[in-house]
Amino acid sequence: MVASTVAPPVASRPQRSRSRSWLRLVVLLAIVAVVLYPLIWMIGTSVKSQEEIVNNIGLLPEKFTPGNYTAGWSNFDVSFGRFFVNSAMVSLLTVVGNAVSCLLAAYAFARLKFRLRGMWFAVMIGTLLLPSHVLIVPQYILFRSLGLVGGDWPYLPLLIPQFLATEAFFVFLMVQFMRGIPRELDEAARIDGAGAFGIFRHVILPLSRPALVTTAIFSFIWTWNEFFRQLVFLSNLSDYTVPVALTLFIDSTSQSAVGPMFAMAVLSLLPVFVFFVAFQRMLVEGINTSGIKG
Amino acid sequence: MALTTAPDPTRRGTGSVRPPATRRGTGRIRHAEGLAGYVFLSPWLIGLMGITAIPMLLSLYLSFTNYDILTPWSEVEWVGLANYERMFTSDPSWWHSVRVTLSFALIAVPLKLAAALGVALLLNRAWRGVGLLRGLFYLPSLLGGSVALAIVWVNMFNREGAFNSFLALFGIEGKPWVNDPDWALETLMVLAIWQFGAPMVIFLAGLKQVPTELYEAASVDGAGKFRKFVNVTLPMLSPVIFFNLVLETINGFQGFTAAFVLSNGTGGPVDSTLMYTLNLYITGFTDLEMGYASAMAWVFLIAIALITVVFFSTGRFWVHYSDGEDR
Repeated sequence: MVASTVAPPVASRPQRSRSRSWLRLVVLLAIVAVVLYPLIWMIGTSVKSQEEIVNNIGLLPEKFTPGNYTAGWSNFDVSFGRFFVNSAMVSLLTVVGNAVSCLLAAYAFARLKFRLRGMWFAVMIGTLLLPSHVLIVPQYILFRSLGLVGGDWPYLPLLIPQFLATEAFFVFLMVQFMRGIPRELDEAARIDGAGAFGIFRHVILPLSRPALVTTAIFSFIWTWNEFFRQLVFLSNLSDYTVPVALTLFIDSTSQSAVGPMFAMAVLSLLPVFVFFVAFQRMLVEGINTSGIKG
Repeated sequence: MALTTAPDPTRRGTGSVRPPATRRGTGRIRHAEGLAGYVFLSPWLIGLMGITAIPMLLSLYLSFTNYDILTPWSEVEWVGLANYERMFTSDPSWWHSVRVTLSFALIAVPLKLAAALGVALLLNRAWRGVGLLRGLFYLPSLLGGSVALAIVWVNMFNREGAFNSFLALFGIEGKPWVNDPDWALETLMVLAIWQFGAPMVIFLAGLKQVPTELYEAASVDGAGKFRKFVNVTLPMLSPVIFFNLVLETINGFQGFTAAFVLSNGTGGPVDSTLMYTLNLYITGFTDLEMGYASAMAWVFLIAIALITVVFFSTGRFWVHYSDGEDR
């Protein structure tokens, strides 16, 4: 099977290659079914009654039960709406922080000449694969000693790093992108009297829009799904984001919570799914040009 | 710190990791530009110092102390290498978490990459619908890391879950896989493999770059399809395979969310899902042994750096770069 796919089709054997492409299609559709099954099962379960969750093994419910959604929404002392607002706020501010700070750093690396640039660039590349788990303990201690953990606005430990271009992937992506912007445009702007700031404002910023959009989409999705840092830094129920709130369902191990839990899981994936539908092509191209993981 | 990025393997010839050369201006302009460079770089530099470098040094110091968040700094004791000694000699759960993490990465990563490559080969034909299929295969990579999906997964492999319903079709009686110490980690491996879409997309881009002349030349030489795959496709794809292998391995070592959800943050059943990062979290934030957790973090960092070095030094022998030829 595998070997049959590498060579271009042989024109002299149309009959055989047609039956092969049918076979290929069947195999691919079978894989699609396996890949999509968990997602469809998730949606189906979210509208099943408690009794059906246990007894009906089919994908779809016999009786449509939307009540899971209202039950899940108000399952805890704090409404799930609050968790969604918190998650949206953290994700959107992260988008802004990453876009601005990574663009500034990328411009410096891609276009400006300054002492030690090569060294700083190597350091930036070095931080690409630095696991965030390694720094979590000292970061927690530092943010706590600054009074920012569980403070009036507990999201600062999550957001401050994002405004300081610590997401090296995006810096790297933007540097790569800016390398494709013709230098003649810089020169033209320079002749018109623009300095480093003018070139940034009038040449690089407008032309970097595709890289900014890619960064924004990935920032949003990653932050929306992110769990580890939010788990560590958020401690009050009313401050929880969606992923942290979802784990509360696991604590209540009673079977009765499964339907509401699935309903909230479906809702929590909805924004990512909308982004996927809207920007599918861009996401796939995005990981191609940067090697970013989704 | 590991110096590790594979230059983007899907674009041969542009993969320099050095910053592009800038033109030299006159003295005054160069000075102004140097200043501007640091102005633009300043947020990143502050982040590098405050969010990365200082925490790293603090973590190194803490790893030689018995710090927990509760005792005041003045009473923190320097314990020398005691944390490291304890880790290697008298902490069975640390060794256990190393074994869990290694077996997770060693099994899940190759299978995930094999799935990614296999499906990429199937998709590597231009016909209508490929874009849609590619997108659908990629979807799990976007959703799979979330808590929501981990919850779904755990329930799918539970006693009443979809997997057992599927087995029942063949008359096989399943079990609550996620509660079985012999099977819990395997369900997490399946979750990782299910997310094969991201490496698949990178493989697809790599396959598009293989020159068709090579296949034609191989045909002339009488090579069959299998020979073409082994002698043309695999070598031409080796930079992309390498890139995916490095990234997926390092990601695999850091699996946290699904293990946390499956075990409700304990690493159970019977420590079978005690991934390294989960162990680190429990040590630092549940047991509050932050000194010891810092030592664990440093060992983790060094291990990742070593693995990366091993990858890059062995890559020389099997990764075929065609840089320079098509430049």
